[in-house]
Amino acid sequence: MAYYIAKRLLAAIPVLFGLTIIVFLIMAMIPGDPATAILGSYATPENVAKLNRDLGLDKTLFEQYVIWIGNLIHGDLGRSYTLNRPVLDEVLERFSATLILSGTSLVLCSVLGLLAGIISAVRQYGWADKAITLIVLIGISTPSFWLGLLLILIFAVNLKLFPASGMYAIYGGGDLADLIHHLTLPALTLSIVATGVIARLTRTAMLEVLRQDYIRTARAKGLSESKVIYKHAFKAALVNVVPVIGIQAGFVIGGAVYIETVFQWPGIGSMLVTAISTRDLLLVQGGVLIVASAYVLFNLLADVVQTILDPRLR
Amino acid sequence: MRKFLAAAIASAYLAFSPGVQAQTPPNVLVVGQIAEPKALDPQAVTAVNDFRILMNIYDGLVRYKDGTLEVEPALAESWTISDDGTAYTFKLREGVTFHDGTPFDAAAVKFNFDRMLKEDHPFHDTGPFPLAFFFSSVEEVVVDDPTTVTFKLNAPYAPFLSNLAYPTGLIVSPSAVEANGKDFGRHPIGTGAYKFAEWDANTKVVAVRNDDYWDGTPELEAIIFRPITDANTRIAEMLSGGLDVMVEVPPDSLQQFKSDDNFEVLEQAGPHVWFLILNAKEAPFNNKAARQAANYAINKTALVENILQGTADVAAGPTPPAFAWAYNEGLEPYPYDPEKAKELLKDAGYDGEEITFYVTEGGSGMLDPIAMGTAIQADLQAVGMNVKIETYEWNTFLGKVNPGLEGKAAMAEMAWMTNDPDTLPFLALRTEAFPDKGGFNSGYYSNPKVDDLLDKARQVTDQAERAKLYQEMQTIVQEDAPWVFVANWKQNAVTKLSVGDFKLQPSFFLMLQDVKKPN
Repeated sequence: MAYYIAKRLLAAIPVLFGLTIIVFLIMAMIPGDPATAILGSYATPENVAKLNRDLGLDKTLFEQYVIWIGNLIHGDLGRSYTLNRPVLDEVLERFSATLILSGTSLVLCSVLGLLAGIISAVRQYGWADKAITLIVLIGISTPSFWLGLLLILIFAVNLKLFPASGMYAIYGGGDLADLIHHLTLPALTLSIVATGVIARLTRTAMLEVLRQDYIRTARAKGLSESKVIYKHAFKAALVNVVPVIGIQAGFVIGGAVYIETVFQWPGIGSMLVTAISTRDLLLVQGGVLIVASAYVLFNLLADVVQTILDPRLR
Repeated sequence: MRKFLAAAIASAYLAFSPGVQAQTPPNVLVVGQIAEPKALDPQAVTAVNDFRILMNIYDGLVRYKDGTLEVEPALAESWTISDDGTAYTFKLREGVTFHDGTPFDAAAVKFNFDRMLKEDHPFHDTGPFPLAFFFSSVEEVVVDDPTTVTFKLNAPYAPFLSNLAYPTGLIVSPSAVEANGKDFGRHPIGTGAYKFAEWDANTKVVAVRNDDYWDGTPELEAIIFRPITDANTRIAEMLSGGLDVMVEVPPDSLQQFKSDDNFEVLEQAGPHVWFLILNAKEAPFNNKAARQAANYAINKTALVENILQGTADVAAGPTPPAFAWAYNEGLEPYPYDPEKAKELLKDAGYDGEEITFYVTEGGSGMLDPIAMGTAIQADLQAVGMNVKIETYEWNTFLGKVNPGLEGKAAMAEMAWMTNDPDTLPFLALRTEAFPDKGGFNSGYYSNPKVDDLLDKARQVTDQAERAKLYQEMQTIVQEDAPWVFVANWKQNAVTKLSVGDFKLQPSFFLMLQDVKKPN
């Protein structure tokens, strides 16, 4: 197992390396440059040239990349010129906020999705199944940023039950209760699509398994229905669901880009949006690197869990 | 494990979710900002969003008088200008200290400008300083004695005083720069009414009352600036009670706040002008009649009332009325007169050939550029002009427009916000400001009389005399119509009723020294 994990991690390195080159090239290809973004109306060719020189952007793209990679090996991601602070500090701070949000969402969508899928499968064509299928369909089709605004309108503006934005109260607060209070709406919003996907898949996988002979045997042995469902059927179905949860983890982190903007969650998604529009190359580069690494890790984790669940894959 | 997790989450929600929405505490003002500040080093930043914080932590030698764009003393008690206009000597206020306890004196002033302007200064690397060219006329700063400092200019430069009132001219603590180096922007130390206390990245910037403020201790204990980039979220936060003040309310929501008794809406015209650059080098706009026709053809009142929903006024000429002292009150905006436009187009010999119109998707001060561009296209179409729109993202757009429109487009949207009536015409209407000479005259307007007036206005230091020159310039430029003059934006803000003595300034800066919020 350790060998397998090490192999997978090593294989990720060229992927991440290639990714940094692509990001560098894309950022170089999109028109507009940081100096123009900073100077705005005052961007005369003269001012732009001077600012580029001060920012170290007058070097060729290749030179800039080599410098960046050289620093990366020393654990230095450079300095963001729009935020005037080290990229690493900013990225780590932002990423921990994103992890809290997307981690909670992932747990939420896994639990809700699996439960809904199991109930649907067990009560196939019953009213519970129909209701869940309908809700799941609505969940999958709802644009999440719109749902976020709707939840803010209902629960923050009208009912005043939850805060409209932010991660902690602006004065006082700062404890776990405060965090959960702020986390509720964005985490719910972010998990809604993934919940739908997982519920649908769990339903299909469970139905498949429930038709198997060994389930009939288990029932014939006189096992209680809950034992049949959870010990026998669910475990087998989970093998097919876990990789999808891994993929959903990627989507949840990607979806965080909108949700973080809507809820002003200080995460890496909203940081990337700003960094791209201000052409803050090093910040984009650092942000993408960390998101991509997380994506690779989540998928690896899902594969490892799958291997543990299904001895045939070992 | 799964059951446990589900149970844990469920109970956590039950335990915490009915938390009562906290209101903002008394004597603490929570301000909703549109973005995270880039830095709190006044020489290193360019965005109005950052200026709103800076103006409360720092002071400059001079500042804008309340409610105007006229300069009055601040850290300098008085000043004299040499007869040739090239030496400004400031008498500094005595007994003022920076928030770190070090004294404010002439050496501190010299340090500030040397850091920004001299490449060999030991702390020049704490930049870059993108707006340093505001002071490019400064040749040397001389410490005459601890409370007297002289700026020597390489040529007379009348906008010098209003540039000192701009955030780029705010005075920072030299010892704090020495102590923090490149990180000074995160540990700002000034002399202002509020002291920087805390910057929690992406969440808040907190400034607390400076009890020793030279211009009177503020009543507020603290100000909290919250960055909320999404406008809808900002509105929701205001409605749910999490903000005391919100700036830049989108036009769509302004009405909602106006009709709600719990809020007060403020509006203030600023030094902003929204216009169309016309390419005076190529047909059809190389003909004055065609340029005037465009001014007559566009229904500016409809743009301002329907698209901008009253958040702007119709512009009459190149200088915004917010520069009251330099504004020509006699100018009337071009009326909406499509018939006259058609006639003028006929005179100009325009025969319906397709022209290109650059429209931006957004950008600083551009208001609602796509909707406005489309309405303008329709108005021009109505008088027989065949207009093709090309839309670009703001940075790309600037990259297309700033090098000049020749061979590319007949017209382009543009907006400017400046601090002196000199800036925009000097950078964008003179022959010497053609793009190939490093200026912003992207439409190649050239009138020797205007060039002359603008050059003169820079050299005269008497305000009344300068005003006359600017007023004459406005009359000529309006007649020549190098631009279509469209709108002057009004800044707006919403406050809770409990907020007292809150005012907006024509400078668009947020001055919170006198604001109260007792409950």
